[in-house]
Amino acid sequence: MKPPAIHDPAILESPLAIQGLTVSYGQNPVVYSVDFVTPPGSLTAIVGPNGAGKSTLLKAALGIVRRLSGEVLVYGKPYAQQSQRIAYVPQRNSVDWDFPATVLDVVTMGLFRQLRWWQFTRRKHRDTALACLARVGMESFADRQIGQLSGGQQQRVFLARALAQQADLTILDEPFAGVDAATEKAIVEVLKSLRQQGKTLLCVHHDLTTVRDYFDHVLLVNVRRVAAGPVDEAFTESALQQAYGGRLGALQLERIVSVNSTPGA
Amino acid sequence: MSDFLMLSLVPMLIASIIASTCALLGNFLVLRRQSLIGDAISHVALPGIVASFLITGTLAATAMMVGAGVAALITVAMIALIKHLGRVESSAAMGVAFTAIFALGVLMLEWHGASGVHLDVEHALYGSLESLIWFEGHDWGALLDRQALADLPPQLPRVAWVGLLVAGFVTVAWRPLVVGSFDPEFAASVRAHPTLVDLLLVAMVAITAIAAFEAVGSIIVIAMFICPAAAARLMTNRLSAQLIWSQVFALLSAILGYVLSGYGPGWLGFEASLSAAGMIASVAGLILLLACLFGPQRRHHDASGEPSLMPER
Repeated sequence: MKPPAIHDPAILESPLAIQGLTVSYGQNPVVYSVDFVTPPGSLTAIVGPNGAGKSTLLKAALGIVRRLSGEVLVYGKPYAQQSQRIAYVPQRNSVDWDFPATVLDVVTMGLFRQLRWWQFTRRKHRDTALACLARVGMESFADRQIGQLSGGQQQRVFLARALAQQADLTILDEPFAGVDAATEKAIVEVLKSLRQQGKTLLCVHHDLTTVRDYFDHVLLVNVRRVAAGPVDEAFTESALQQAYGGRLGALQLERIVSVNSTPGA
Repeated sequence: MSDFLMLSLVPMLIASIIASTCALLGNFLVLRRQSLIGDAISHVALPGIVASFLITGTLAATAMMVGAGVAALITVAMIALIKHLGRVESSAAMGVAFTAIFALGVLMLEWHGASGVHLDVEHALYGSLESLIWFEGHDWGALLDRQALADLPPQLPRVAWVGLLVAGFVTVAWRPLVVGSFDPEFAASVRAHPTLVDLLLVAMVAITAIAAFEAVGSIIVIAMFICPAAAARLMTNRLSAQLIWSQVFALLSAILGYVLSGYGPGWLGFEASLSAAGMIASVAGLILLLACLFGPQRRHHDASGEPSLMPER
């Protein structure tokens, strides 16, 4: 597939357009020449086996990890000029939850761009943070030490922090990893309501069985891009076989893509 | 009482300012699990000072500061380089860089020692708090006497400036410091410049360590970067409260340690005094021990990262 030109309207309107992105640790490429144009207003899953470079792809796109080559445009402009339009939710286990901060402190970090470095938060900032906590059902935990939360509660706090950023594109790295069923349901509802508001969401996702229920677009990667597009078109048996290299059993595959076989689904 | 002014006021002030400055920065080092940095930089000051002496031939304060500063910068660059090229974790990179440079310093010290010039190694370790005498401090009136004040040991204004600089840095960069300490990846995504803030923090640590090195030696610096902040963490779950606790512990260590070193042996009937730096560091260690045993927030999570107190859903 030929990479689209930079003046392509699909790229200029895309919240995150990645072209030829390559990242390597040492000699081995972790992400190799990946192209992906995030459709605006979509809820997209990034799917692939362990070590396929899903998280690295996103971190490189956001400049958290150094990329070897490739171009990343946010609504047609470099990320540095548009960073306020993106909210990033790292993996929950990437931070030290023993940090001396309350739930409200963490959510208030989402207001970072709205405040000067040395400014104190005011009443209205506190109210914004509390409203975001309410959206994830955590308002009664505002004054808790973050280390006292369960995994699912911690993940909801991270989501609330992203809500506080009021971004157009929210990028989440494995938001459902190690969370309870109630949290998973609450997060999906928030993601879907964000999409309804016209926001775009990009989400590294592990559980193949829920891709169809939660997402409308999918990007399948295994170091390279395997397939991308609307779930109905791209999330196929052959694409999954290719991405997972035959690690999925026939029964598993049938269950994952079963809806695909019914015409018009 | 004039004794106190002449002999004890200045050392106590200097020890307090340094303890408080180190403890302030120490809060962030402890939270970032970078406690080793303070240790590394204090070690590196020695070869820097020796090098500056070998080059300039003087033991002037400015030359020493510049030498130690350059050595610290070289070490920071080395750590970054080893981390980047060797792909090892930062504590390993630090351990390699500062032991190598410290060893180099020892060799350089021997070399110029052989040439018959005297540079005090003990001074470098234990400092010389007790020698910072204010000769004009005869009575309380001296505190208002311009001429007497001009005679104050130059180390006092020096550490005071450094203290102000560090306090200013922490105030201005408060939010990026906190965000970058808690979640560096998020900090990078909101362009809170975690790498720059990290570098500035290390630079502040270096400046503090060098200023303190001359007045109080490196032992006290290492202790003060870690002990008060680590003890403070066990007292509270709020960062702002932790900062206040760390300041209380730092000042308590400095003042109590100084008094105990000067008068403690006398109270026990001995005709001697102990190293003030050693006693201050020991008091700081004792406070940490007490905090470990009795601190209200000493319940920590187990290694798996799962909370030990499970709240209701």
